[in-house]
Amino acid sequence: MTLAPIEPSSGPETTDGGGHPVASRRIRRPRVLFGLSLLVVSALALPLAFLLIEAAGSGATGVWHLVWRSLTADLLWNTVRLTVVVTLLCAVIGTLSAYGVERTDLPGRHTWAVLVVIPFAIPDFIVSFGWNSLSTWVVGFRGAVLVMTLAVYPLVYLPVAASLRGADPGQEEIARSLGASGLTTFFRITLGQARRAIFGGCLLVALVIIAEYGAFEILGYQTFTTEIFSEFKIGFDTASACALSLVLVLVSLIVLVGERSARGSTRIDRSGPGVQRVLTRRHLGRAKVPVLLAYGLLVGAGLGVPVGSSIYWIFEGGAHELGGVPLGAAALHTAGYSAVAGLIATVMALPVALLVVRHPGRLHLFFERTTFLGLGMPGLVVGLALSYFSEQHADGFGYQSAAMLVFAYALLFFPLALVCVRASIVHAPVELEQVAGSLGIPRFGVFLRVTLPLISPGLGAAFCLVFLSAVTELTATLILIPTGAQTLATQFWAYQQNLSYGQAAPFALVIIAIAAVPSYVLARFFDRLPARRGDGPGQGVMT
Amino acid sequence: MSALEIIGLFKGYGTQSVLRNLDFAPEAGSFTSILGPSGSGKTTLLRVIAGFERTDRGTVLLGGEVVDDVGHYVEPSHRRIGYVPQDGSLFPHLSIEQNVGFGLRRRDRHGSMVTELLEMVGLGGMQRRYPHQLSGGQQQRVALARALAIAPALVLLDEPFSSLDASLRATVRQDVRRVLREAGTTTVLVTHDRDEALSLADRVAIISDGRIGQYDPPVVIYARPSTPELAHGLGESNFLRGTASGSRVETPLGLLLLDSSSDGSGSAPEGSSLIVLVRPEQIVLSRDLGHGQGSARVVATEFYGHDAVVRLCADWDNSTIIVRTADATDLPAENSSVALSVRGPVVAWESGEATTYP
Repeated sequence: MTLAPIEPSSGPETTDGGGHPVASRRIRRPRVLFGLSLLVVSALALPLAFLLIEAAGSGATGVWHLVWRSLTADLLWNTVRLTVVVTLLCAVIGTLSAYGVERTDLPGRHTWAVLVVIPFAIPDFIVSFGWNSLSTWVVGFRGAVLVMTLAVYPLVYLPVAASLRGADPGQEEIARSLGASGLTTFFRITLGQARRAIFGGCLLVALVIIAEYGAFEILGYQTFTTEIFSEFKIGFDTASACALSLVLVLVSLIVLVGERSARGSTRIDRSGPGVQRVLTRRHLGRAKVPVLLAYGLLVGAGLGVPVGSSIYWIFEGGAHELGGVPLGAAALHTAGYSAVAGLIATVMALPVALLVVRHPGRLHLFFERTTFLGLGMPGLVVGLALSYFSEQHADGFGYQSAAMLVFAYALLFFPLALVCVRASIVHAPVELEQVAGSLGIPRFGVFLRVTLPLISPGLGAAFCLVFLSAVTELTATLILIPTGAQTLATQFWAYQQNLSYGQAAPFALVIIAIAAVPSYVLARFFDRLPARRGDGPGQGVMT
Repeated sequence: MSALEIIGLFKGYGTQSVLRNLDFAPEAGSFTSILGPSGSGKTTLLRVIAGFERTDRGTVLLGGEVVDDVGHYVEPSHRRIGYVPQDGSLFPHLSIEQNVGFGLRRRDRHGSMVTELLEMVGLGGMQRRYPHQLSGGQQQRVALARALAIAPALVLLDEPFSSLDASLRATVRQDVRRVLREAGTTTVLVTHDRDEALSLADRVAIISDGRIGQYDPPVVIYARPSTPELAHGLGESNFLRGTASGSRVETPLGLLLLDSSSDGSGSAPEGSSLIVLVRPEQIVLSRDLGHGQGSARVVATEFYGHDAVVRLCADWDNSTIIVRTADATDLPAENSSVALSVRGPVVAWESGEATTYP
């Protein structure tokens, strides 16, 4: 007989939603969810499948031939150097501006917090137009660096600011008390806390640059994507375009995988359950004026120039000589396509998110990973794949139809919808669903009466995010726009390409207005969601 | 026919087994506490009964009907079990009235039944409020009303009082106890709190080593635990070595009377070596060293107001002895020597070859 005190063993008795243990004998395989998710994932894989089918048609040597014919060393050099330079600049600007707003006594920081984020909502091609139409200096590589940095640094700012808000400022104080200087503390503690967020932001920056078309076209800077577009639109060489697209997808996926393995998996936000202490902000002191000037410069260049130049061209644009769709009609088209796309993407995200969060398992997590495909598929590639397939293999079925454009939007922005829906499901306690079940409510009833109301804010956010992204999408829209119809973006593009700046400017302003205001609302929504289980959507959105 | 019967239940997660060959069948209409430290599998047991987890092996019967077996499984929504989780888990998007009426048919949701239930738990007039407007104790009572609304044959309480602060806990406990007694349902409460388990229940079941170690009324289970491990799980314990001597046992604290109804000791052969349980409140301290049987040195004293705990180092083998004394005003000084004597009969078990003391 042994007299051992009854020691707490480490049996998994937790019942929380996130760490919910996987039962060895499942309650019931969620067949309906599984089936729906499979459908969604298949739809997501369609563009890539089309590309591969096409490539298989040309044969391996055919593809290589096509790729090497178009893929000059210049193109590669252009794409890589731009990606590296802009990503580094964005990392520095995004991190510093986030630090200033979140951790120092910067005067007017609440206003700055809003102003530095707004350029995120302005489409890159409009920033590009704003600068390029004012100065002939803004062209080529230097133009591309300037414009892209101003347009996309918020992709680093947003996740870094969120992670600094979530991280424990007490760590900085402890570092100081252990004798570390202010600078050392910044590099060893603050940057450490924001590391994952910085990596995640940089990844998105790189992906955006690889996929960008409109801005570079305006600046006359050639990358992979502009080359594919001209092969397709101007050269009508769809086979080459498809082959090059495969390379583009491959590069994007390499960036994605590289980032995943580089950022590591350690949690750095906080140790211990203690309540977060009140933040003592760092005094800027004599640096106050230069720092304020820097913020002013950043906002002026990223927000002031595009808006100001659009207003300038409305007054100075000269005669309205070109025919086109009126602003109201274009806005209606844009709103219609974007709204339906938002709806479809949100509905598509729902089963996948439910399956992944509520029934974790290797296969189900694999489903979530396939959304990488969405992230790694530039609008150009999705547009090309869909249109090419319908032309070649489906007798033009659906080609340049509203349905196909909306479908392309839904595929493109599915990852955004998934992030929102997933975050809201994680925040909806699984216990509530179990309690509802024990009260005699069948599963679908529980879904309608408990799950759906609880996650409705997330569904709304998903819809808005997809809607906004579709409003500002240009590349896929140019390829798939139904004949005769124009959206705000395509009509702007038509005027801009013909140097009819006066006519293009109102479209630019309307796009900015539509995109900027709700983005601000969305940003507030994400800020208010409580951070839980290290899955804070503020960070989740970007990583 | 009992409301609940569990036969030969096995349940684990991955390679880790939590419940091993567990049998459990509470009496109909009774209030049972399941006591065990965290990680012992008590919540798992509750979740298996509710149907949120499936058994690996074994059978669960509700009202004589199999609900979980090798080939058979009844969904939680068809079990009619009232489940009250740790934090209440009220639906945040529904009013109190809608929460309580959640499991009812549509036409009953606004009827008198919801009002009556709310009055029963002492929350009449709160129908239109929302969960975030209620205190923790009120939320727990709404959760109970919600569970009772479906007229369950069995109510499961998963540490429902652990999230309440101490001053609130006692009143909410007694309210819940009263309501459940009025409703007359079979109730199973899971807790790691000894006081809660002992004070609320008709019978207490202790989980030990993945199964029910003992299932008895509170008084019995405290006074006569069937093994030393269970004794330790129920409260602070002193274990002494002793030698059987008729109806008594010879210990360093003198010749103590054995509890005659004690399971293990009655048949102990003369002279066999025993392990003797002496509860801290059974030991009386005296400054007069000639007064007691054994002596010890005071290591530390802890004052609690209503009573006090004195930790001692035994002179006979340097083991730690814990004493709880009601006279908290006159505690011996640290490092002073005191005499010990034991009040009342003690429980003892035959000790095996390799005996270790906690």
